[in-house]
Amino acid sequence: MNRRLIRFALLSVALLSLTASSRADTLVADLSQHLVGITTGFAGADVLLFGAVEGHGDVVVVTRGPDRPAVMHRKSRILGVWVNTASMTFDRVPSFYGIASSRPLEEIAPATVLARHEMGVEHLRLDLARAKASPNVAAEWRAGLLRNFQRAGLYAGSVRNVTFLGNRLFRTRISLPANVPTGIYQVQVFLLQDGRIVSAQTTPLSVSKIGGEAVVFDFAYSRPATYGLIAIALALVAGWLAHLIFRKA
Amino acid sequence: MQIYLPIAEMSVNVFLLLGMGGGVGFLSGLFGVGGGFLMTPLLIFIGVPPAVAVGTEANQIVASSVSGVLAHWRRGNVDFKMGFVLLLGGFAGSTLGVMLFSFLRGVGQIDLVISLSYVIFLGIIGALMFLEGVRAMRRRKSAAAQRRKLHQHTWIHGLPLKMRFRRSKLYISALMPLSIGFLVGVLSAIMGVGGGFIMVPAMIYLLGMPTSVVIGTSLFQIIFVTANVTFLQAYANQTVDVVLALLLLTGAVIGAQFGARAGARLQGEELRVLLALMVLAVCAKLFYDLLVTPGDLYSIGITR
Repeated sequence: MNRRLIRFALLSVALLSLTASSRADTLVADLSQHLVGITTGFAGADVLLFGAVEGHGDVVVVTRGPDRPAVMHRKSRILGVWVNTASMTFDRVPSFYGIASSRPLEEIAPATVLARHEMGVEHLRLDLARAKASPNVAAEWRAGLLRNFQRAGLYAGSVRNVTFLGNRLFRTRISLPANVPTGIYQVQVFLLQDGRIVSAQTTPLSVSKIGGEAVVFDFAYSRPATYGLIAIALALVAGWLAHLIFRKA
Repeated sequence: MQIYLPIAEMSVNVFLLLGMGGGVGFLSGLFGVGGGFLMTPLLIFIGVPPAVAVGTEANQIVASSVSGVLAHWRRGNVDFKMGFVLLLGGFAGSTLGVMLFSFLRGVGQIDLVISLSYVIFLGIIGALMFLEGVRAMRRRKSAAAQRRKLHQHTWIHGLPLKMRFRRSKLYISALMPLSIGFLVGVLSAIMGVGGGFIMVPAMIYLLGMPTSVVIGTSLFQIIFVTANVTFLQAYANQTVDVVLALLLLTGAVIGAQFGARAGARLQGEELRVLLALMVLAVCAKLFYDLLVTPGDLYSIGITR
């Protein structure tokens, strides 16, 4: 089914690009789905990105989750026990970061271009709220944050492949892990020629809880008191039922 | 089969949760303890955020205490008056405990405090239980047990606000059960336990209650204290995951039946030594984790 979906998608893109070629557009891309629903059985999801380019060039795809502040803690040893002794707040940190490219990034563009467009985890701009951290201390906090997000599977550990079919059609896969944060994601597709960006396109991707999970989550946050009372009532009934079953046995 | 837990915001295998509930339920049926002190660390080990583990476990303990207390009630083994005094202290203690919990969570120290509380209390209780059990086993072998006095008179009996507890055959100051209830309430909120493993020895050794009413009365007050913790954790921190709680308690109910049956075949003293060893093992694991150099000194905190 997936294979058929891909073929259909590529065909539609090819048609799209034919009609678009009369205009100045040199890049078209779209996602196999624009909504990733987190349901009861959710264990991560793959979203297919496909597109077509005009002429030669390299494609880079960057997927970013909504920006959020992040608090980091650093441990040190007190009386033999490891304790969080310092903390640092980053004002804006993407909650998810994935990247894919058709060739190794350093062959596609110079570091300045990669840095300007935040291509690659090492080029992410992470603002430290407190300016008092000296550059090398700030770099350590930054590295710590990247390690933690990578360990949680939220930041790409490596650059994925963008595969070309022929020299116009391309596709890649965006993998979202089970612990993926919710919100509106931005999928940025860049076309680069000779180390310069010649075209770019941004597509939104919505990740949200749906169904029973969303009901429970929203209820817990919007009516916390009622939620607490219901949780207690459920436990009381469950305990009583258990007693009845236990007595019969 | 994976299930996505809405509040913990993670995907876990259903059978792992049912198995954990069953395993801890079996042990709690075997030893006659609540099992919160095993389940909360286990949940943290599998990656549930500590705050969610504590809030959810309080919710599950409500259920297991209800089913336990009903059986004791039918046999008349609940001292309701003592229970009410204990839970008055428990309410105040657990309310303060949840406030403390929210504060510590905000400053990034909650994981440390949870671990340290476990290490200290499991260490003390485990060591005492182990010594007591070994001594009892030796006594049983050597000679017939000597008669003990009903209770000894100490400074505790000089405190004001004396109350009569008929069911427990006690005439003591209400301040004692109030403060025990308060302390256990604080621990209940921070550690995600019912506190039976502290409450029961305190009732026997500090208050001098007869053993027959201790378990029933302890379970009775645990219902209210854990219900209070559940409500406040849900209200203040949104850390009660009902889906997780229901899965755990389903396993726990079934496990407890088998545990109780297996327990009937073992000697009381041997059980106590076994339980003590288990408590000490959990304590040692948590202590080791505090001492060993962490893989990464940096960690992500909570943002609101």
